Amino acid sequence: MIKIIYDGTAETTSHKEVFANTIESLMNEDDRVIFLDADLMNSSGMYKLWKEKPERVINCGVAEANMMGIAAGLSAVGRTPYVHTFGPFASRRCFDQVFLSIGYAGNSVRIYGSDAGVTAEFNGGTHMPFEDMTLMRAIPGAHVFDLADGVQFESVIRAVKDLPGVTYMRSTRKQYRKIYEKGSAFEIGKGCLLNEGTDISIIACGLMVSEAMLAADLLKDEGISAEVIDMFTVKPIDKDLIVKTAKKTGAVVTSENHNVIGGLGDAVAACLMEENVAVPFRKHGVQDLFGQVGPINYLKEVYGLTAKALAETCKKVLKEKKQ
Amino acid sequence: MDKKKEQNLKVFAARIRLETARMVCNLGFGHLGGALSVVDALAVLYGDVMRFDAENPTWEDRDLLVMSKGHAGPSLYATLAMKNFFPMEWLDTLNCPGTRLPSHCDRNLTPGVDMTTGSLGQGTSTAVGMALGKKLDGKTNRVFLFVGDGECNEGQVWEAAMFAAQHKLDNMIWLIDLNGKQLDGKLSDVIDLRDIRQKFEDFGFAAVSIDGHDVVAIRDAIDSVGSVKDKPGCIVLNTVKGKGVPYVENIELNHHLRFTPEQIEKIMCEAEEGLRNAEKEACGD
Ligand SMILES: Cc1ncc(C[n+]2csc(CCOP(=O)(O)OP(=O)(O)O)c2C)c(N)n1
Repeated sequence: MIKIIYDGTAETTSHKEVFANTIESLMNEDDRVIFLDADLMNSSGMYKLWKEKPERVINCGVAEANMMGIAAGLSAVGRTPYVHTFGPFASRRCFDQVFLSIGYAGNSVRIYGSDAGVTAEFNGGTHMPFEDMTLMRAIPGAHVFDLADGVQFESVIRAVKDLPGVTYMRSTRKQYRKIYEKGSAFEIGKGCLLNEGTDISIIACGLMVSEAMLAADLLKDEGISAEVIDMFTVKPIDKDLIVKTAKKTGAVVTSENHNVIGGLGDAVAACLMEENVAVPFRKHGVQDLFGQVGPINYLKEVYGLTAKALAETCKKVLKEKKQ
Repeated sequence: MDKKKEQNLKVFAARIRLETARMVCNLGFGHLGGALSVVDALAVLYGDVMRFDAENPTWEDRDLLVMSKGHAGPSLYATLAMKNFFPMEWLDTLNCPGTRLPSHCDRNLTPGVDMTTGSLGQGTSTAVGMALGKKLDGKTNRVFLFVGDGECNEGQVWEAAMFAAQHKLDNMIWLIDLNGKQLDGKLSDVIDLRDIRQKFEDFGFAAVSIDGHDVVAIRDAIDSVGSVKDKPGCIVLNTVKGKGVPYVENIELNHHLRFTPEQIEKIMCEAEEGLRNAEKEACGD
């Protein structure tokens, strides 16, 4: 059951607190749960627990590829590893270890790649992952999530505990806007309908979910009724919901804090094509660019990750619908 | 080194520290600790060792420098600005929208920055590639590479080290910033490097371990490991994270810090005092 409490205000708890608290409680519930980080305990919120439980919280140092291999080995001997590092270092820095030692070798590891997309802010281009979902989606059987708020994050951290293979969760370490009421439980493979509409569907994930809600408000002022869907479950994706909404509104725009190559937009497009649903369509997101340094609001403007830019994209698509 | 030169280098280092502190304090947060520990080595390299032309930062015959611990960008920027690679005013733009001085070094943005770094470990291989290329070309350029001690956790550092020794890259010197700390605290609590100088020696380097804040020792070490034929050089710089600003030195977890206005005042006071002391020493002679 999920309950929507979106009102445009920010969350009060940071996602790193959510992460640390949830991992701690999972450790209390299940002896097999073990956590690894790569010299970012002080960034992931796990520093205190590392000092308290050194046999359950392991610091691998600045060695992400090594960490993924160690997590794979721990899985092979019956542990349930969760690991964290910044998104780029959790994906592109050690992709072969994730792909082979975890995925191909049949091990199971849950990865939190933090500082999704522009939320890497002042760490700049080297630290700004716009391609992590593309990489992770390409691993057979992998589960990929881009979380929209802390409530959803907590539910997913719990839900993936016993999943096989590679699981990748991306989010900010700070706060987004609040979307869901505490205690809401999410189902893997099922997107969430946040706002009913009739003219166009916005399918968003992560940071862009609340921007999509704002965009729907902007469009409403112009007499346009936008349906908004939170597709946090980028893989497996909710094909039924995508087809249903596309047939209902007849126009689709996807929105992601990620490169439009290989992310949510491509996943939704493939769904629509394979189900023979031909509607006007656009991928709203980072248009094949590298990251850069700056405050979040500046970066959102630069890459067009704002409600305003999203609403503009929707209006363009709607024009095509009318023709 | 004569006394005058030593004093001048100390003043240069104190100026770099002050500008570095100013840049980070302007913003209110940043990697001040790790930026300050490499300052004395930067002062010696740019003040007394390296061949460069600030007017022509991509001059073919220049010596190259790779700051593989890319988060130390601010102290490199301060050094480059003082050596006229770009106007001092740029230092006020650290991390601002559209800046040419991002938190981590970027060769496409900053004149004088020879390689893009920030993903720890990767700068080592790129520096090795530069040294190899210059050697293959029969050139005399040298390559200087800064590596963090925490950064040495990355396997890539050791892949690059083995390659450098195999190819006898005696045109490069690695400077290991042994400040004893990484992001999560002491190396001994995370991944202990044990005897890092010995490791580099075993990997085929001419390696020495020195006081990384002693400009004379740094200059001497560059001369000594730099003159060994057929071996890459390695200088282990024994340093203090936050060096020159006692307030920062004394914070246990001083990797990435966010400052209040009161703390900023304190930091700037201490950095200014450092410069005054260096200047006093230089004048008193
Ligand atoms: C591949 C990679 N992993 C993680 C980080 C995040 N990070 C930045 S600095 C740092 C600690 C580095 O320690 P050290 O090299 O000793 O730097 P210093 O203490 O001298 O600042 C970490 C983990 C990174 N920049 N790159």
